Amino acid sequence: MPNWLIEPDFVVERDPDRCIQCEVCVRQCANEAHEFDEELQEVFTDSTRCVGCHRCASLCPTDAISIRPAELEFRPNENWSAQAIRNIYKQSEQGGVLLTGMGNPEPLPIYWDRMLLNASQVTNPSIDPLREPMELLTHIGSKPQRLEFSGGETPQLETTLGPQLELHVPVMFSAMSYGSISYNASEALARAANEVGTYANTGEGGLHEDLRQYAGRMIVQVASGRFGVDVDYLNSGAAVEIKIGQGAKPGIGGHLPGEKVSADISATRMIPEGTDALSPAPHHDIYSIEDLRQLIYAIKEATRYRKPVGVKIAAVHHVAAIASGCVRAGADFVAIDGYRGGTGAAPTMIRNNVGIPIEFALAAVDSRLREEGIRQDAGLIVAGSFRCAADVVKAIALGADACYIGTAALVAMGCHVCQKCYTGRCNWGIATQDPYLTRRLNPNIATRRLVNLLESWAHEIQEIMGGMGINAIESLRGNRDHLRGVNLTDRELNVLGIQMAGE
Amino acid sequence: MKRIIIHEEYCIGCGLCEVHCIVKHSRTGKIIRAFKEERDQIVPGVQVERDGYESFALQCRHCDDAVCIEACMTGAMHRDPETGAVLCDTDRCVGCWMCIMVCPAGAIQQGADGTVASKCDACTDEEIPVCVANCPNEALVLEDEE
Repeated sequence: MPNWLIEPDFVVERDPDRCIQCEVCVRQCANEAHEFDEELQEVFTDSTRCVGCHRCASLCPTDAISIRPAELEFRPNENWSAQAIRNIYKQSEQGGVLLTGMGNPEPLPIYWDRMLLNASQVTNPSIDPLREPMELLTHIGSKPQRLEFSGGETPQLETTLGPQLELHVPVMFSAMSYGSISYNASEALARAANEVGTYANTGEGGLHEDLRQYAGRMIVQVASGRFGVDVDYLNSGAAVEIKIGQGAKPGIGGHLPGEKVSADISATRMIPEGTDALSPAPHHDIYSIEDLRQLIYAIKEATRYRKPVGVKIAAVHHVAAIASGCVRAGADFVAIDGYRGGTGAAPTMIRNNVGIPIEFALAAVDSRLREEGIRQDAGLIVAGSFRCAADVVKAIALGADACYIGTAALVAMGCHVCQKCYTGRCNWGIATQDPYLTRRLNPNIATRRLVNLLESWAHEIQEIMGGMGINAIESLRGNRDHLRGVNLTDRELNVLGIQMAGE
Repeated sequence: MKRIIIHEEYCIGCGLCEVHCIVKHSRTGKIIRAFKEERDQIVPGVQVERDGYESFALQCRHCDDAVCIEACMTGAMHRDPETGAVLCDTDRCVGCWMCIMVCPAGAIQQGADGTVASKCDACTDEEIPVCVANCPNEALVLEDEE
């Protein structure tokens, strides 16, 4: 049967008056959508191969290429959307699970957009961050319940403080493994984190030998596959994160296909070259909070209690109880990844339908930990689609200590969110191991762009705080009085723990 | 002098350096007109060499001990006293191709009409050569060479 049921997603239009037949587009498309006909000396395009990544259009020196959604309309039907029909065509053609990349694109509510921030007027002064100090310094780790001093005249701190992460901007790069992203992308994230004074996260793929020089500003992850984990790895990073779940695919493991496991990745992951890297859905030694506690303390022992050990979970139904369990199990920080969190590859049905919004998860966890009197025992990191500085400020006001950004960081490096990470043919050189493509990401440029992004967000956060009359991010944390809801039901306002606009 | 350096590990073989070199050396300086009217009359001074996924944008190194200048029998190949760039005076070039024969980098070509040599002129009238300015991955950079 011909594949006439599979229609192009995009139409690539080439303006013949502008095209100079320079073939830049031909050389840039890893999906081979553009082809140069030697006989006719002309470039032709096969729209069915286009994934909408804009690489050709971005590099076209004459702006001759435009890409728009294919206008082949089905009969309008709210229930049977074009996507639903196309998915069935694809599955009935090929069989198997629908795969996708990046975060959930479905039109589900984005609660950040339904929360608005406060500012000072008349009765309390706002602060100009360009003239006065505006503190963004954030510490993540277990804080003592009270501080004890001795020494009378010259007080000495008697309380022993646990190990802390020190962030100059309350934004970190979330876990993206070497394997899911290219070496150059990993290097850029690590270098940018060092330059700005925040942290990058290795993801579950271990830490490449050459990147260990940046490990002082990296969180090393231990996931169910335990790839690349040994005592040196654990001790190389600034903190250790046990990955239980991921927002894009809660309850699901990972699978890095063998084709991507090159010599370098094999050495970093400590697995044979060319073999599939399979992360089981659960950790096979963790079936309870008690088991989790054993692993947390095994890692704390291995790192001599010098590094914070945290747990990353996906935002799911009983997230507050789960997070409370993690804190009681000894986690120094808990990272929660919401249902819009990104991924290099996930089953479409899981990504689009499993989990809960990070806004509710954060509010529920922060409230629960406060009620139980254990909020100070662990830092709270939230992830799952932070798109701008305002999202970060709202999250901190809702109770987070810091945010993880994944997609935003990739976009800063050139990602166009085409959602084809799982194909390994990323035209921007990010989610690929193909040596033809990885060289497209110059880590010097990518580092510069990531640093610019974090610095601009830091300035914006300072501006917003100044407007509120707050001069330290510590005073904003969990300060839900600075949030008001719009377009929210009473129940939603209740879970978020915020008041309605006008109240 | 500042030299154009290629970091070949970041060269993506897109060929934009060649495109912009052609535009720079066209009569109009306008990209679409340059290609529609003069494409066959201009040999870019930078040439991208490709082999598999490796690629390399090559242009004249403007050597300190330029053997092409020594080999040129008419004095067409000369060093610009102001900028230090090695240039070819096409009015004096007789097309003997000795420069092409001796160039260790293989960076000199026959011009489009096959009568005179064609090479990179280091865009001496620009602050930054156009191939460097338009390299999307900063593989071509202008660096002080020791």
